[in-house]
Parts: sequence; C-alpha cells; structure tokens
Amino acid sequence: MPLERKLGLATRDAYGKVLAELGRKYPEIVVLDGDLSKSTKTDAFAKTFPDRFFNVGISEANMVGMAGGLAASGKLPFISSFACFMMCRAYDQLRVAVAFPQLNVKVVASHGGISVGEDGPSQQSIEDIALATALPGFTVIVPADQFATAALVEAMVSWKGPMYLRTGRPKAPLVYNERQAFQIGRGVTLREGRDVTILANGLLVFEALLAAEQLAGRGIQAAVADLHTVKPLDRDLILAQARATEAIVTAEEHQIWGGLGSAVAQVVAEGYPVPMEFVAIQDTYAESGKPEELFEKYGLTAKHLVQAVERVLAKKVRPKPGWDSVKTFAL
Amino acid sequence: MEVRSIEELTVIATEVRKDIIRMLGAAGSGHPGGSLSAADIVTALYFRVMRGDPANPQWPDRDRCVLSKGHAVPVIYAAMAQAGYFPREELMTLRQMGSRLQGHPDMRRLPGLEACTGSLGQGLSIGAGIALAGRLNRQAYRTYVILSDGECEEGQTWEAAAFAAFHHLDNLTAILDYNKFQLEGPVKEILDLEPMAEKWRSFNWIVREIDGHNMAQIVETLEWAKTNTGRPTIIIAHTVKGKGVSFMENNNHFHGVSPTPEETTKALAELERA
Repeated sequence: MPLERKLGLATRDAYGKVLAELGRKYPEIVVLDGDLSKSTKTDAFAKTFPDRFFNVGISEANMVGMAGGLAASGKLPFISSFACFMMCRAYDQLRVAVAFPQLNVKVVASHGGISVGEDGPSQQSIEDIALATALPGFTVIVPADQFATAALVEAMVSWKGPMYLRTGRPKAPLVYNERQAFQIGRGVTLREGRDVTILANGLLVFEALLAAEQLAGRGIQAAVADLHTVKPLDRDLILAQARATEAIVTAEEHQIWGGLGSAVAQVVAEGYPVPMEFVAIQDTYAESGKPEELFEKYGLTAKHLVQAVERVLAKKVRPKPGWDSVKTFAL
Repeated sequence: MEVRSIEELTVIATEVRKDIIRMLGAAGSGHPGGSLSAADIVTALYFRVMRGDPANPQWPDRDRCVLSKGHAVPVIYAAMAQAGYFPREELMTLRQMGSRLQGHPDMRRLPGLEACTGSLGQGLSIGAGIALAGRLNRQAYRTYVILSDGECEEGQTWEAAAFAAFHHLDNLTAILDYNKFQLEGPVKEILDLEPMAEKWRSFNWIVREIDGHNMAQIVETLEWAKTNTGRPTIIIAHTVKGKGVSFMENNNHFHGVSPTPEETTKALAELERA
C-alpha cells in the first residue's frame, strides 16, 4: 500500500495536549513559559492549572534559572519557549543552573528547524540540537509526529535528569498511530531493507519513508529508522544497521554541524565504519518562505534523500583499499 | 536552636575570617576580598537567622541560602564548617582534586549548598525558583540570596528582580554585599550602578541600607525582613572588600589572589588580635 501523506497535529500541539493531561496526574509539574504559550501550546496547561503556570515574561535566562530552583525544591518544571531563544539566549543558565547540578528540568521548545517558515531565520532554530547535546547529562529528543510526541513527553516525567525535547510549528505527517510504543534512547525501525539505512528524526522521518518507497520502485531496498532520541543514542540499532546494510544516510532538520548526523557518524566510526551521507542544512541560515519551499531549497525532501542514497551507494561499491582489513580488525 | 548573642556572633565572624584566610592560603588560589566582605552577613545567616540542621542538610523545611557571587564560596564553607556541616579539617582541601569544596559551589558534591553558581547574575533567579516552590508547596522556609554589586551589571539579575516583586515573593530576601569593587576595579569607575537603592525600589522591592559589618544591625535587619509581606526585601549591605585584614581592605589585588604564606601568617595574627 503506498505511503499516504496524512497530516496529524503539529508536535507542539501534541505537547500542549499531553502536558495538560499530565498536569492532572502529577501535581508536582510546574510550567514556565516566556510569553509564547499560545505558540508553544502550554496555554492548555495554563487554562487548566493557572496556579501552576507562570508566564515569566520575555526573560528566558530568568526562566531557566528559576526552573533550576524549582527542580531543586521538589517541583517538576516543564519550561517552554521557541527553541532558538531557549537554547541560544539561556544557554549559560542551562549550563550552570541545570546541567551542572543535573537537575530534573524538562525543556520543551517549539519552532525547531526551518519549518517555522515565514518568520525567517531569527526564529528558525537550526542549532538547538548541537547545543543541547553538548550539555553533559542532557537527554535530547526530536519526535516525528503527534503520537511520538505524546508518548515521549509522558516518558520524560519518569526519566530523571535534564532533558530537551524539540517540537515543531507545522502540522506533522503521521508516521505512527496511538498503538506505537516508544522508549527514550531506543530508535524505532520503520522499514526493513538490505541495501542502505536511512536514520532520521523529526519531520525527516516521513521524508525518509517516502524516499524508501521511491527507491524500492527502482529495486533499492532502504531500511528506515526513527532516531527520536539523539542523546543517548541507540548504538545497538545504528551498529546493527551498519552491519546489515553497509551504508548509512542520516536526515535531520538541523544545521549539519553537531546534529544527529554527527552523533551517528561518531558511533559508526568507532563501532563499524561504513560509508555515510548527511541530509541536513548545509552550514547556512535559511530565509522566509513556506515550509515546503524551504525544505526544497535547503535540501530536506525525499528527493534529496534519494540523491544521498545514490551517493552513498556509489561509495559502497567502490571500497577504499584496506577497507576490508579494517573491518576484520574491528570484528 | 540556641539564640546566639551579637557578641558571640562577632567572635564567630572572626573565626570564619580566620578560616577563610587559612583555606585560601593553603589552596594557593581563590578570592579573599569578596569572601571577607560577606563574612558578617553569612555569620548572621548561618548562626542566628536561618533555620537549618547541620546533621540533616536536606531537611525539607530548612531556610535556603544561595550564594550568587559564587567566587566567595570560602565564606560559606567556613561558616558551614563552624556550624558543624562537615569537619573543619576538610576546609584545607579547598580547590584540591577530589574535594567537596570546589572553587565555586557545587551542590551535588556538598550537601547544604543550595545551588551551583559561578556565572554571575544567576543566583537571584535560582532563589526566586526556590522561593516560588516554597510558596507552591505551602512550606514556611525562607530563601536568602547573597548578591555582589558587580553582578548587578548582569541583566538577568533584573529579570529575576522584576519577577520576584511582581509575584509577591515575600519569602525571598536578597542581601547585596556592596563592597564597591569588581574584578578590574571600583564599580563606580567601570559601570556605576548608583543610585543602587533607587533601582531596587523602582523594581518594587522593599529596600533597607545597612552597615554590612555591624552585626547588631545585620541581625536586626534580617529579622525585620522576615516580617515584610507582599514584596521581596533587599538589604543593601555597605561593606569593605577584604574586611578584617588591614592590607586586604579596599585592596583589589586580593579580589582573586590568595595570600602568600607570609601574608597568611600576618593576616591570621591581625585577626587573632581582633
């Protein structure tokens, strides 16, 4: 059955919905927002639990510092803003007041990536994953659709320690249904294939599935897995796929430096080196435009994934001298 | 808890100063000036004003002290050791590998520290979070944040000030250790913050200015702050950087340079006579 592009909720909407439900179950949850609750979707929680919601004003640094104090005093703070403001504006506070003491602060930031669209580069977060993963002890998650978001946000409650989850602005195509189980740190294999593996997260998961379908029509069997947790990364899945398909393409809505691709490459390089290609934003800021126009221009569509697969397969059939001996040594 | 007299507190403050000198002398690095200027304030907090249990530093209802000016943490270590949170011998491990007494506060290593600080301007936000949690949890503890004057140059201090006042955090008291110096020189020559009291008043804080080395005044003002309602209080404590050691007083060389062995001996001799 051909893949159908069926839009679900935006991941930010899924977050807002599940957060309001979690508030009922967990009285220790306190939500802080930097005057963007209608956009981050914490407004649903605010309406239901006005006593446990604080619009701190446009002051991200203070918000993060306060979250540290709340977490140190037995509260479970969920804090939200746009990903760019949260991570760039309050990075020092995330470092000293949250990551260093390893406090139980849940950072959920919206407007990740360039699918923010028309608002342009100052609002499009393309560095957040690099920044979040660089903080020692931070768990970093990029869910693909509404079901992944709902399940992973709920899983954050019982996962101790500082965490960052990125949500997006536009409606996200459905990859899953409500029966899908998720585990933080464990990827989801969505499609088997013997020739190449596409490892993606966020909106690129659906593009990866589209690409795999197009490739199958040409006789290329591409496996697809959703690496929703960038840190801790699912090493077992990555290395199993490296061994099984001997070629890997990563795909993410993020700057190429320091995102999912870099993290996967590190695992592959030390565990089982195989040729790789990286679909990501190529070290540039984007611009205003419709999300689909931006994905097209900045190289984040199924078409670009197909091209990346072609490139990686070309590298695979021309092994470098000594390649086999390296692998034998590794095994 | 026994209530210590002003005279007893004054004696303890001198002991705290001596331990600051000893541990910084032993460590060979660190920040004497801002530790000494806060010694009387910290002594008043740990030995008279705050409710706490050295045997149970995580007691949920304890009063909290956040040292926002993290580089002055030797004064907290000295007070904690005097109060019995840990053996005084441990003070001599300051800044050494494996020590719980890190160069700047690490709450994970040393129970009783309420925050990790060292990047200036963050402590008032953390304190506001702790105070807000106390209110949400209906706990009666109070939160004290010790600020430096230099870190009032950080914008975050004022973000936190605005939040705390707007949300009526009257369980929060800030004490500004106004020693008039920052790393590179006098605050008034680098980025003058006067009128300091006016700034805080305009942020809707309750403000009182005191002599930060007059123990009776410090205690009286901290007790008064407990009775204030509706708004947070800041006590602007006029202090002398390096207070208690003549050659360190108002000598900004000792902002971030520890005393040599000779200076340590000389400083301890002076404090012995105090």
